[in-house]
Amino acid sequence: MPHDERSTRSADASPNARPLRVLYCRCAYADVVPEDVKDRVLQRLCESGRAFDTVADLCEMSARHDPALNRIAECGGVKIAACYKRAVHGLFEAAGAPLSTDDVHVLNMRTDDADTIADNLLNDGEVDT
Amino acid sequence: MIKATKSPRVRIVLYEGLGADPLDGDSRYRIMRALLERGLTVTCTGPQPADDMTPGTLASVEESVLLVIGRFEGGQPPQVEDAAGRVTLHLLHLTDTDDQAVVQQIDQTLGELDVAVNQPGQWKPWFPVIDYSRCTNCMQCLSFCLFGVYGVDADNKIQVQNNDNCKTDCPACSRVCPEVAIMFPKYSQGPINGDQIREDDLKREAMKVDISSLLGGDIYAQLKQRSSAAKERFAKERDEKRALSERIRCLNKLAGQMDIPKEVLLNLPSQDEIRQRAADAAAKGRAALEAGD
Ligand code: SF4
Ligand code: SF4
Repeated sequence: MPHDERSTRSADASPNARPLRVLYCRCAYADVVPEDVKDRVLQRLCESGRAFDTVADLCEMSARHDPALNRIAECGGVKIAACYKRAVHGLFEAAGAPLSTDDVHVLNMRTDDADTIADNLLNDGEVDT
Repeated sequence: MIKATKSPRVRIVLYEGLGADPLDGDSRYRIMRALLERGLTVTCTGPQPADDMTPGTLASVEESVLLVIGRFEGGQPPQVEDAAGRVTLHLLHLTDTDDQAVVQQIDQTLGELDVAVNQPGQWKPWFPVIDYSRCTNCMQCLSFCLFGVYGVDADNKIQVQNNDNCKTDCPACSRVCPEVAIMFPKYSQGPINGDQIREDDLKREAMKVDISSLLGGDIYAQLKQRSSAAKERFAKERDEKRALSERIRCLNKLAGQMDIPKEVLLNLPSQDEIRQRAADAAAKGRAALEAGD
């Protein structure tokens, strides 16, 4: 059963595997992220069978200062599929949950190709941001 | 912080681990998509990973209602509780894996639990987001905004304080920021949407218009000047008409230059009120700057 710092199996089990945490933002409250890109990225994540977190809309959560953003920021080591990096960092900061710049990677579904993003998310190594 | 909307603290967990039947990739995708479009925060645990598979790790759970959904063995979810008592756990056996049926079942359960969740389409999260790596705390945005969106914290640092006062789709304050530090993530164009700032943007941002003085002060001062020169020729009513048409002309110009929605301009307060608000905002900005010195 999922719980604190939960994992379907500890990702630290393999010494070479970098813990993969993925956060997918659906941007459900506006039409700024191309639908086909959002769909394809989500589909690839679902087909992979891996565990991942999703939110309906980071902007909406930031506006409400949702405590879930604090949890995400505190845990660090996350790849976020959303939009522009400056915007995503700004939204977390606005909610009082600043993201670390070292181990947080933002992938931009507004500009980038869906499969490139999905490959990055599903790859345990570092990603180019 | 947005006060007008609900503050749901609910997380759905689509559970496919021990004690539950795994879903096929397509059903998982359709259910996840439908739940996200419904405005829910969802964790997907994925099935029990095969030995050669890298599992995913997940963020810890905030204090919230946790609704764990899945195809539980025997059609009965197990009895569980959070020993730490931080989250309220509910388990729901999915009677159907059709995405819309799942949404319906969840909506019904949330209703029974008396948990209200915001819904996409009913509201647009639109408010300025400050890029503090660029902001110089100059207070231009605070002096400019007529709607009291900005304020300062205890250390006199600029802050977005009343984001529900912000006018949907109006990015005007981002244009007055000399550092291009104000973003609206849901805006169509860069750099306001958070895109990289280019040389051209900085040049463009140098051509600022002081909208509040244009709307509240200068227009009327200019008109006063002009009308006194033409006092002889125009009756009082005529001047008022000219004032109105001048205001409309300026508003239209601003609408084009700054991409301010017409509805926002049409719903601006009266000229006296604008003048008052502009003066209040400017005084607030000055006070913050002086206190920061
Ligand atoms: S962070 Fe970006 S992708 Fe996510 S909701 Fe806001 S604008 Fe959309
Ligand atoms: S106008 Fe820009 S630089 Fe000045 S305080 Fe506001 S956000 Fe910061």
